[in-house]
Amino acid sequence: MDDVKEAVATAYAEERVRIVATLIRLTGDWDLAEECTQDAFARALERWPRDGVPHRPGAWLTTTARHRALDRLRRSATESAKLREVALAARDEEPPGPGGAEHDDRLRLIFTCCHPALPMQARVALTLRTVTGLSTSEIAHAFLVSERTMGQRLVRAKNKIRHAAIPFRVPPDHLLAERTAGVMAVLYLLFNEGYAASTGSDLLRKDLTGEAIQLARMLAALVPHEPEAHGLLALMLLHDARRAARTDPDGDLVLLEDQDRSLWNGEQTAEGLAVLDRALRHRRPGPYQVQAAIAACHATAAAASATDWPQIALLYGELCRLAPGPVVELNRAVAVAMAEGPVAGLALLDRLTATGALVDYHLLPAIRADLLRRLGRWDEAAASYREALALAATDAERRFLTRRLAQVPSAG
Amino acid sequence: MKYLMLVCTDGPVDAAEGELDPTAWVEETGRRGVRLFGERLRPAEDATTVRVRDGELLVSDGPFAETKEQMGGFDVIECADLDEAIEIASLHPMARFGMIEVRPFWTT
Repeated sequence: MDDVKEAVATAYAEERVRIVATLIRLTGDWDLAEECTQDAFARALERWPRDGVPHRPGAWLTTTARHRALDRLRRSATESAKLREVALAARDEEPPGPGGAEHDDRLRLIFTCCHPALPMQARVALTLRTVTGLSTSEIAHAFLVSERTMGQRLVRAKNKIRHAAIPFRVPPDHLLAERTAGVMAVLYLLFNEGYAASTGSDLLRKDLTGEAIQLARMLAALVPHEPEAHGLLALMLLHDARRAARTDPDGDLVLLEDQDRSLWNGEQTAEGLAVLDRALRHRRPGPYQVQAAIAACHATAAAASATDWPQIALLYGELCRLAPGPVVELNRAVAVAMAEGPVAGLALLDRLTATGALVDYHLLPAIRADLLRRLGRWDEAAASYREALALAATDAERRFLTRRLAQVPSAG
Repeated sequence: MKYLMLVCTDGPVDAAEGELDPTAWVEETGRRGVRLFGERLRPAEDATTVRVRDGELLVSDGPFAETKEQMGGFDVIECADLDEAIEIASLHPMARFGMIEVRPFWTT
């Protein structure tokens, strides 16, 4: 019995997106596709304990979901539903012929979710909903909006896809380059949502990063001459390789410098480095490649003390040029402080503070506090830690900052 | 799928007359059989807005929306999907100087 449950769970993780995507391609109806896929898994939980796990679970589930869709369309039997039914029945017999099936349905799904005619937030939300199967309330939570608002946003996006006839496909070659940038942005958000673990159970989050990596792999294979797609894949692989070392048994974040490097996934790091190497050979650097190069510097340092900070500081300088932003400037200040000393880092922080950006971001005072502590300016350090504590959003961050504050001699 | 292309500007257009000439676009879309119908419109100052409220006819001068954006013309196009409609719109000379709203027809 437990074996069957496990088989269903495995099929859910591995096949759900593909089945939803295939049903969307066949019916053009996003809600119907999601519901019938859900039904197919429910049916599996009923049937498999009695009949045994089928030889090819994915094929069984797809067929079941498709039959369910046919039943539903037959019952609703409006004229347009009749037409779709014909299409659905006809394609049933169709072997995956040349031209039609060269792309994975999941890739079609994500290019459609990321269509530039949809607002950015809807693109991310729709990708999360269909690719990961997260519930509307979970996505709403991740975006800090009400479930109602998120529900409306998803409905509007699906309606626009239908009413404006946004095609369900990977775009043709002449549109691919400009569309790929949008897909990469969504995949990176997807990965970070899994990596930064803002909501949900651990298992769910691991699914997210895994799904993002898989999609990035497919994207890189689709556009082999786009170095940024490989850069993005390398970045994800190198970050994800550190996953096991990033939290302690209490679930608290462990800083990069304190991580047990023997827990890093060496195989995945090696793959990330190889992918990055191939990307860099194109000599067309972009933000993802540079970020991956920074991750590679960390990944290849045998110990935290052996980190090549001058190189990382240089790369952050490059990143500030390619993708300017206050958070990137903040990271550059940290790297410069590590490479040249806290005084140089503080100078960059002062410049950043003067711009008025990041006033509510707890990491700005937290980093300032660390640099002041290294300079032995205890009172100023303590004040900055308190400022950071007041801004920190999660318990884990507050616990961390409280520990750091307690380490400041005669703070108070 | 039928789409309405609303050809708009957000102020006076700074372009030579030749650059705005849609003749080539009209010929190309006609040749492809995509463009069904279209016209250039007189400016908003020649518009009249009609309303009936409580059975009373209200006629006023000008467009219903007082915005900087002005509708200069429209075209009805028939395309396979939104991507084709976007491509057709992007080829219109006014896409470079103003903007074009692509709106699907209501279908049941």
